[in-house]
Amino acid sequence: MTEMLIFWAFAVVSVGCAVNLVIQRHPINGAISLIGVMGSLAVLYLQLGAEFIAAVQVIVYAGAIMVLFVFVIMLLNAEAEQRTGRSAAVRLIGFPSLAVLLLLVGMLIRRLAPAPESVRFGDFMGGTAENIGRSLFTGYLLPFEVTSALILVAIIGAIVLAHKEID
Amino acid sequence: MHLWLIPAFPLAGFLLLGLAGRRMSQRLINTVAVGSVLLSFLWVLRTLSALGTLEQPHLESYFTWIQSGALRAGFDLMVDRLTAVMMLVVTGVGLLIHIYSIGYMAHEGGYYRFFAFLNLFMFFMLTLVMAANFLLMFVGWEGVGLCSYLLIGFYFHRKSATTAGNKAFIVNRIGDVGFTLAILLVFIHFQSLDFQTVFASLATNPAGVTTAALTAIGLLLLVGATGKSAQIPLYVWLPDAMEGPTPVSALIHAATMVTAGVYMVARCAPIYLQAPLALEAVAWVGLATAFFSATIGLAQNDIKKVFAYSTVSQLGYMFLGLGAGAFSAGIFHLVTHAFFKALLFLGAGSVIHALGGEQDLRNMGGLRKHIPVTFFTILCAAVAIAGVPPFSGFHSKDAILIAAYHHSPLMFWIGVITAGLTAFYVFRAVFLAFFGSYRGQAHPHESPKVMTLPLAALALLSIGGGYFDVPRWLHPLFPAAEEAHEPWLVYVSVAAGLIGILAAYGLYVARPGLAGQIADRLGALYRLVYNKYFVDEIYDRAVVRPVVDGSQTVLWRGVDVGLIDGAVNGIGSWARGTGAVLRLVQSGNIRSYAAWVVWGSLVALLGFVAAGGLR
Amino acid sequence: MHSVPLSWYLILSAVLFGLGVAGFLLRRNIITVFMCIELMLNAVNLSFVAFSYQLKQIDGHLYAFFVMVVAAAEAAVGLAIILTVFKNRATLQIDEVDSMKG
Repeated sequence: MTEMLIFWAFAVVSVGCAVNLVIQRHPINGAISLIGVMGSLAVLYLQLGAEFIAAVQVIVYAGAIMVLFVFVIMLLNAEAEQRTGRSAAVRLIGFPSLAVLLLLVGMLIRRLAPAPESVRFGDFMGGTAENIGRSLFTGYLLPFEVTSALILVAIIGAIVLAHKEID
Repeated sequence: MHLWLIPAFPLAGFLLLGLAGRRMSQRLINTVAVGSVLLSFLWVLRTLSALGTLEQPHLESYFTWIQSGALRAGFDLMVDRLTAVMMLVVTGVGLLIHIYSIGYMAHEGGYYRFFAFLNLFMFFMLTLVMAANFLLMFVGWEGVGLCSYLLIGFYFHRKSATTAGNKAFIVNRIGDVGFTLAILLVFIHFQSLDFQTVFASLATNPAGVTTAALTAIGLLLLVGATGKSAQIPLYVWLPDAMEGPTPVSALIHAATMVTAGVYMVARCAPIYLQAPLALEAVAWVGLATAFFSATIGLAQNDIKKVFAYSTVSQLGYMFLGLGAGAFSAGIFHLVTHAFFKALLFLGAGSVIHALGGEQDLRNMGGLRKHIPVTFFTILCAAVAIAGVPPFSGFHSKDAILIAAYHHSPLMFWIGVITAGLTAFYVFRAVFLAFFGSYRGQAHPHESPKVMTLPLAALALLSIGGGYFDVPRWLHPLFPAAEEAHEPWLVYVSVAAGLIGILAAYGLYVARPGLAGQIADRLGALYRLVYNKYFVDEIYDRAVVRPVVDGSQTVLWRGVDVGLIDGAVNGIGSWARGTGAVLRLVQSGNIRSYAAWVVWGSLVALLGFVAAGGLR
Repeated sequence: MHSVPLSWYLILSAVLFGLGVAGFLLRRNIITVFMCIELMLNAVNLSFVAFSYQLKQIDGHLYAFFVMVVAAAEAAVGLAIILTVFKNRATLQIDEVDSMKG
């Protein structure tokens, strides 16, 4: 029962914040809503037994990436959007494709997900930091090393792109 | 025996002169050029004395050039009795002409280039005569054609010279098509291109190869020979080839290259002996050419042109000899002709040199007082070519005429008439140039020793060359010519020559104006002969013009510009058009790009599902 | 019905993803568009973790982890690019950045 309650509560919160993100005109409102989405998703992760991922979500995603977003919004002094028309391509191609895509995904979900499978908190205890750490340094060593190189490249790229010319 | 040295010496001379000649002094060039031919000649002498009587051919194989399936062609050199004769003629007469050229070309530009090409020619000619298989002979064949082109066009500033070089090469090429087809047929029927193999299999198993095939081979070889040896219908390049320097005319277009066709037919005698139809064709082509070009020679005014048509006519005689079955007589005439025709040309060169470039007979006259040595040597050559005994020309021409009589009396009589015409036009030239009073403007002076000594040597050979008993030397190679002959044949041929000389004397010395009156009387006929029967013009209209026009309209405008350029440009404009259409997707609007991304991912997902990727 | 069927998590993920795409197509502010992309990534993470639960394996968690790492790198570089674009064009409306037209 509690699981159902928790799920519904945070699912509604996440969808609501997502809708708010799409609707809001000022980017800072969008950023705050996105933080809300991430937080509720973290709770849902916990329910699925992914304790490490939930923690990382809060610390890294909500705590670092979104802070970065907020900083940039502040730096650029972003303003609220003006109302304008939509492009033709979006109207003709984008939305119909989106609708079809969602239908398709729905069909796939029905086909793939086994019906009686339910989520019970505590059924899957394998998402510990120890397990993740072990996998990371054995089976997934190569992606780990590659992403560390990727992060290095990203840091350099970001610095090169954004730094001010010293006159 | 190191046969390869014989062609190698001139080749080395060519390389040396070609690469370093520009910086060499004239003395050094002379030494290299003459020296290489001298070494070659000496080596020929050494080789022949070492080989002795040459009952069997001496073969030397150096390396395999082509090895492909059944075809094996090697760089093989062969010496048999026929080769020996040819080698001596080529290197001996070649040596004399090289020495002569030192004097003749002394004041010309491009000195080293001339000798380089001349040496290269010697190399190719020696390869041709010493080759032991058809393919190597063809290499020499083509090579001498190349050198002929280079040397005819030696004065390349003159448009007429370069055009003449082109004409020679192209007409030769037409003949070479026949030769190439003949080589292919030989290979098809004999699976080999070596002379020994082909002729041996002909002797033992003639039934394996049909007479028709052999006739085809013989006729095709004849086509090649008409191109190289200037017979009807491909003789038109030889008179134009007189644009080249006179030593070139002497060496290439009188003594050696043009005789390559005669040599080739003689070498392939086993084939011709089993294809009587082809042999008959050889004889008639030779006879027709001999008579036809003799008539043209009657009316020419350029001294070199007279001798050029004379060469064509004498080559016809050689082919007549071969075709009548007297192969050794034809080769004998080749040898004596080399002597007196080279002498005639070199003498003409001496005359031209003496007059500072004048070639027109109408501007000469009375030169025997001014250049006596030249006069005397040319006189020897003229008597030889007229067939007066005991000079060399008599022996060889007589042998041919006797063989012609036994083959067909008609041939004999036409040959006799041609002999008379030959004597007439040669002595016409001699009388116009050396007798009477001088009609020109220059100051004639005798040529230097370096030019007159070769003339003297050739004069001796023209007088005594008949006593080299070439037919007996070649006897084992060819079937015996008819031994018995009526004695009156000899008298008739000699008489024809003497009548010709007397007629020329009468028209050009005793009564000078008579010739002009006869020419006027004959009117149109004279003009026809003077313009060489308009053969060049006919060829131009019938062959050259249609080919050129066809090339321009059909091949150039139609195919090249229309089809090929159109296709290539068409691809370009198609690419551009397609690009112009596809470019419309690039609207610059990021949101439309985003829409396309969504659409694309949808298509990918659908494709994935349709391919059954998800259970 | 005391526990939540797994397919609901997947449907939630789909809904969030769809909202992300809609915002990506609709909004004109670059930063908002970027945040919608982050929303899509989160939705996918949820899917990964859900399937990981179903299979009782940890691999899904690892994928989600790597997605987050890459998203962080991407966010850093992307925002740097946005800063540069703003410096050059003085605008945050993506419709005005269309010099690639043609």
